[in-house]
Amino acid sequence: MSASADAAHGHHYTTTGLDNRKIAIWAFIGSECMLFASLISTYLIYKGKSIVGPFPHTPWTDPSSGKVFPAILNIPVTSASTFVLLMSSLAMVLALSAVENRGKPLPPGAGAWDKALTSSKLWLWMTCLLGAGFLAFQAYEFTSFVHEGLTIRRNLFGSSFFTLTGFHGAHVTAGVIWLGSLLAIDYKRGLQPSDALAVDLAALYWHFVDVVWIAIFTLLYLIPG
Amino acid sequence: MSQDNAHAEHYHPTWKEYKWVALILFLITVVEVWVYYIPELVASKAFVPGLLIMSAVKFAIVVMYYMHLKYDHKLFRSLFVGPLLVAILTLLGLLFLFSKIAIRLSGGG
Repeated sequence: MSASADAAHGHHYTTTGLDNRKIAIWAFIGSECMLFASLISTYLIYKGKSIVGPFPHTPWTDPSSGKVFPAILNIPVTSASTFVLLMSSLAMVLALSAVENRGKPLPPGAGAWDKALTSSKLWLWMTCLLGAGFLAFQAYEFTSFVHEGLTIRRNLFGSSFFTLTGFHGAHVTAGVIWLGSLLAIDYKRGLQPSDALAVDLAALYWHFVDVVWIAIFTLLYLIPG
Repeated sequence: MSQDNAHAEHYHPTWKEYKWVALILFLITVVEVWVYYIPELVASKAFVPGLLIMSAVKFAIVVMYYMHLKYDHKLFRSLFVGPLLVAILTLLGLLFLFSKIAIRLSGGG
């Protein structure tokens, strides 16, 4: 296929033979690794340096009022939100698979599940809803922390925690919007195998958001200070 | 030629593989949370390294299978692994610099 024909079909091959949009998303993801490493570093450096509570893993008594602040992290809730985000990644790969295999005949004796696997709308909806569910868990967590006395200005833990998890939440929000736009295109004209790269780029971003959370969940929530 | 090369790198796992990947990720997460609630394990020296290893395994599984980097072109691998190494080394460097981690030399004067 000539370069002009490729351009007519929406391909953007470089001299490497790779699509420049895919190279761009991987370069972007690489740069995002460094962004999140800096935020995680900041959190870890400040870990255990807060003068006043609430603290993440241990209770704290305010010497002036005598009020007891319990350990603030809610591991069961965060475990549930982690599960939701992991499942959203599964839904995302199934959405990409559905787009790539659109138009291919189903094998003889295919059941309802095999038909469901071919529905990109179903899996894009699932991914969006699970992503929104994760954001709902985060909104609940942030709200409960504020009610329990932990704000971004309260102590070093609050500053670094809200900054890191807030940045991650903003990335999830951007991902949900991106997936929502793909869903809108799917309803408007139907995503075709020729659109697989566009879905793949969104999927790579979405999975990156997931792997960042894998690191955050362990380093912030599970390892005590 | 170059386009053929790009298409040759386009294998993605199947639903059955994705299902197993999701199950493994779920089980590792269950183990991570389970050990968090066992005080004897939390107090042990293996707790933090164990959690870091489990987290690294989950990270690698998602990157290799869901992000299909295992099957993709080596340039993509370089674009991801290179900055990731820089990020990890920066993180470790900062932790050393701020005395959050240290190398203890035994037998020194």
